[in-house]
Amino acid sequence: MTEMTGATSADSAGAARPARRPLRLPTTWIGIAPFAAFAVLFLILPTLNIVLGAFRTPEGAFTLGNLAGLFTPQILGPFWISIKLSLISAGLGCLFGLLLAAAVTRGGLPPAIRSALMTFSGVASQFAGVPLAFAFIATLGRLGLVTVLLNELFGIRLMALGFNLITFTGLVLTYLYFQIPLMVLIITPALDGLKREWREAAESLGATGAQYWRMVALPVLWPSLLGTFALLFANSFGAVATAMALTGSSLSIAPIILFAQIRGDVLGNPHLGYAVAFGMIVITGLANLAYILLRARAERWLK
Amino acid sequence: MTVQDLSPRAPVAGPVPGSLPAPGPGRRFRPNLASPKVWSWIAFVLGLLYFFLPLIGMFEFSLRARRGEYSFDAYRNVLSDPQFVATFSYSVVMALCTIVLGVLIVAPTAFWVRLKLPWLRPYVEFVTLLPLVIPPIVIVFGYIRLYNTSSWLPMTGTAMGTNILLMFGYATLSLPYMYRAVDTGLRTIDVGTLTEAAQSLGAGWGTILGRIILPNVLVSILSGAFLTFAIVIGEYVLAALLNRPAFGPYMVWMGGNRAYEPAALAVIAFTITWACMGLIQLATRLSKHNRVERR
Repeated sequence: MTEMTGATSADSAGAARPARRPLRLPTTWIGIAPFAAFAVLFLILPTLNIVLGAFRTPEGAFTLGNLAGLFTPQILGPFWISIKLSLISAGLGCLFGLLLAAAVTRGGLPPAIRSALMTFSGVASQFAGVPLAFAFIATLGRLGLVTVLLNELFGIRLMALGFNLITFTGLVLTYLYFQIPLMVLIITPALDGLKREWREAAESLGATGAQYWRMVALPVLWPSLLGTFALLFANSFGAVATAMALTGSSLSIAPIILFAQIRGDVLGNPHLGYAVAFGMIVITGLANLAYILLRARAERWLK
Repeated sequence: MTVQDLSPRAPVAGPVPGSLPAPGPGRRFRPNLASPKVWSWIAFVLGLLYFFLPLIGMFEFSLRARRGEYSFDAYRNVLSDPQFVATFSYSVVMALCTIVLGVLIVAPTAFWVRLKLPWLRPYVEFVTLLPLVIPPIVIVFGYIRLYNTSSWLPMTGTAMGTNILLMFGYATLSLPYMYRAVDTGLRTIDVGTLTEAAQSLGAGWGTILGRIILPNVLVSILSGAFLTFAIVIGEYVLAALLNRPAFGPYMVWMGGNRAYEPAALAVIAFTITWACMGLIQLATRLSKHNRVERR
């Protein structure tokens, strides 16, 4: 807060701002200097360092060789698993989240259920990482509650049916635990934005409930849905801790490869590690760009 | 207009208590499979099963440590483990330091941008959202490259330096949440008028921030703080890659080496998350109460 005190003198000149802006700029900027320094040192420079490293040889010369190295089976494989995992968990998260949100906003459930769901979603969307993996191991793992109960009560042996938590399917099932609540949190306001008049107008013109959803509600919701999908995609793409605690390192997804690379240069080329990190930034960046663009479109209807 | 408004609802004798507008023209009171209400209940029950079974499973598993009966042995083992005490208190201290750092960085900035540089707001907001775009593992990779022992600022050279780096890393991770919370709080008060009033009474910037602005956005800051706490306490990637003895890496280590204790740790972590979110709700409710009272 001391830097604020230092800016006191700037304020007396503050009134004349529009007229003499160029002269005053430096003093006004002191106010955000701490934030700027923090952002540059701990967010922008570290990221730039990685991005630039992806285009450099160990000797410091410019190269595209590292990026070309991404397109080898050793790297493409994990990236592809990561993308599939994110696509599927985001898609299912969107679908089930929408159903739950629609059930509490439109489906005639008691209002108490709605507020309980919103509160729970706030918690569950933050309940990711290591503890979440433990919860699923305790439930669907080899000795988990559901596994044991299904076996004792109905004689269903999940393992014999080919289900294993420490696989791609298990990871999707686990990721949904934070994906669905995130979807509920974001899409509920959008569902509230569907005006009652639209439904009444559709009904007075003779539309059935299904027709209303297909021809009115979904076209309006479409940008929100796609935008949230992109956000959920980025959300699961960057997740490491859940996957590591659940599968150890047996399932190679891009962040786990990067984790191993940072720990001990498993790829045998430090700059290939930069390229992997750069590839991750590009993918999450594109997903977030899609989210921002679609969100701007979605907001047109929600005023 | 009125006729059109009412006509679709005409077949319905009266509104069902607590229900939203009639879902379709052919709706009856008797539940049938075509009624959205039935499907809503089905969706809700399935959701309930999916979200509560892992919680029940986790709790049940944590009680199984003693053969043949339920007991709290796993919790006893965890709580008496010196490693648990050390890593947990490390993470708590880390979380508290991160909150202080985050508030010191975010509150003056959000205030200053609203007061003096409103045109800069979208850009600052964009920067604060970047930690959601750049995966944490990439950010910490950058830290390791930029601040290693042979760099211009060798923070990872000493334990204290690494702690500070980790704290700044956590502040970066929580930046989107903290900034949003504080900025939303500032939106509800008239920053310009309050500042001018304080200045005309002779207050300096420290007084304005500490005694006028902060108390007014305290609830927002608390929300941001509890969320930061929940994020930092179970964080794994940053602490693991910077080699600090935090609670997250300890949980992973337990996961690989013990059977029932990890479930107990998960219950503890989940309780902390719940407590933080509960406190946010409580703070928000109290503030609404205050606002009404003041008017």
